[in-house]
Amino acid sequence: MLANESVQINNTKKNKILSVLLNIFFIILVISIFLPLIWLLINSLKSNNELFNNSLALPSKWLFSNYAEAWGKGLFSYFKNSLIVSSASLILIITISALLAYGLTRFHVKGGNIIFFIILGGMALSEQVALVPLYKMLQAMNLYNTYFAVILPYIAFRIPFTVFLMRAYFITIPKELEEAAYIDGYNSFQIFYKIIVPISKPVFASCAIVNLNFVWNEFLFANVFLESKEIMTIPIGLMTFQGDMKANYTVMLAGIVIASIPMILIFLSMQKQFIRGLTAGSVKG
Amino acid sequence: MMKRKKLVPYYYIIPGLFMVLFFVYIPVICNFIYSFFHLSSYSSTKVFAGFDNYIKLFTNDTFPIMMKNNIMYAVISLIVQVGFGTVIALLLESKLTGRLRNVYRNIYFLPALISLTAVGLLFTFIYSPDVGLLNSALRAMGLENLTQSWLGNSKTAIYCIIAMSQWQFTGYITLLMVVAIQNIPRDYLEAAAIDGAGPFRRAVNIMIPLVKEQLLVCSIITIIGAFKLFTEVYSTTSGGPGNSSQVLGVYLYQNAFLHDKMGLAAATGVLIFIITVTISIIQIVVTKSGKV
Repeated sequence: MLANESVQINNTKKNKILSVLLNIFFIILVISIFLPLIWLLINSLKSNNELFNNSLALPSKWLFSNYAEAWGKGLFSYFKNSLIVSSASLILIITISALLAYGLTRFHVKGGNIIFFIILGGMALSEQVALVPLYKMLQAMNLYNTYFAVILPYIAFRIPFTVFLMRAYFITIPKELEEAAYIDGYNSFQIFYKIIVPISKPVFASCAIVNLNFVWNEFLFANVFLESKEIMTIPIGLMTFQGDMKANYTVMLAGIVIASIPMILIFLSMQKQFIRGLTAGSVKG
Repeated sequence: MMKRKKLVPYYYIIPGLFMVLFFVYIPVICNFIYSFFHLSSYSSTKVFAGFDNYIKLFTNDTFPIMMKNNIMYAVISLIVQVGFGTVIALLLESKLTGRLRNVYRNIYFLPALISLTAVGLLFTFIYSPDVGLLNSALRAMGLENLTQSWLGNSKTAIYCIIAMSQWQFTGYITLLMVVAIQNIPRDYLEAAAIDGAGPFRRAVNIMIPLVKEQLLVCSIITIIGAFKLFTEVYSTTSGGPGNSSQVLGVYLYQNAFLHDKMGLAAATGVLIFIITVTISIIQIVVTKSGKV
């Protein structure tokens, strides 16, 4: 007995040392993640001269005016465009995918397996392979250089992954729930929005975050399909902004910070639901 | 079982199916056709080219450079993101880190939320010869002779871009692996602990075997991502200096929209298609599931 106890005491001691070492390791990783970001923040508050003198020093005067200048000189408009494109895409991605996943999982559909295979197969097809034909199609449809030029492809390319996540979740919902509602006289659409949607909130939350991260940050389609400055989204706007701000580095850096903040805030406020929903199946969005 | 009008389920399915067929499948099929033509973005003239575009692609001097860069990106990302990322996940879930582990996990994930262009522009600054963080830090440490124009040097450019991606995405894989580890039934780990297995043995003998499917999924996602690489290179070097950091994705874009060789771009697209779809099929066969 006594020997056993001393082994255990030894173990806890060993664990304590291990735990301290591990925490040191994790903090070094935290520093390596934060270092570029802190450097960005510090220099975004400097004058150009100070940046060129010593980019490692703290600013002598904190120039919050860099942020005002970045916002006023174009970022506001890019931000607004991103809000329009992202919210429209996100609402439609979630709605269309939820309906599709519901149709595939809660009914016996003839050809359902083939349809499911076609939808999932879409995940293997990359944006680049569709780029040239989509460009020609959007021109032919007179949609090139409109919000629709990116919204429609965003929806189409995000449906497969979203259906995949939602399907995994819907399958776990017990059939008895709907049968009871069916007997109560609900039709299938009422079952969908009164039963399925409310209990699927966690998976909706993760789908929303993963897809929002995609549409908010998407660059390839936006760069090719949106031509005029007035409708550019934040990622291409930022590249244009860099060109406009050639001589004004620190305002550029302020622009990078402004462009990055929304997704970080949304993630931090929703991370619990996000992780919970991801457990259904995890994919790099 | 719900028995209703036979058409009802299709009302739910058709909008999504239509979007995917029309905006994903049809363009991909058209891309195949385009790859056999010479075509321009400004006119609708199409001239049949046979395998001309493919011959141009494969015999081009940049082709071996692109393949090397895409493959290097894949290999290094596998080692750092999947390998190191999994080790971090196992250490985080080893219960030795206490309550801080969710904080660590979230911090590591943060860079993945920043757009590729913002990260690209940020690192263009970090690597810049005069004001950049990297050279400034080297000078501050007295390592003046190591400073250089990181992205302007054809030997270092692609590795700087790869390093940037590791900074951005290692935490993403860590998060995915943490989620998989948390899905392991608690009893397995408790039983092993009672049997005297320490944290290290629990990680190697129990956690890894139980998350090996997720590990494979992460590996495949990472390899496929390496062959779709575009924004990271476009926003930093655009493939330069020379063609030293050129990759398939940027080559496709430049041929389509700068050099007006859409047929050659389409042929590059077909190559990306073949590589990524082959890897996806391998995954489906190995995991025997529809998970992608």
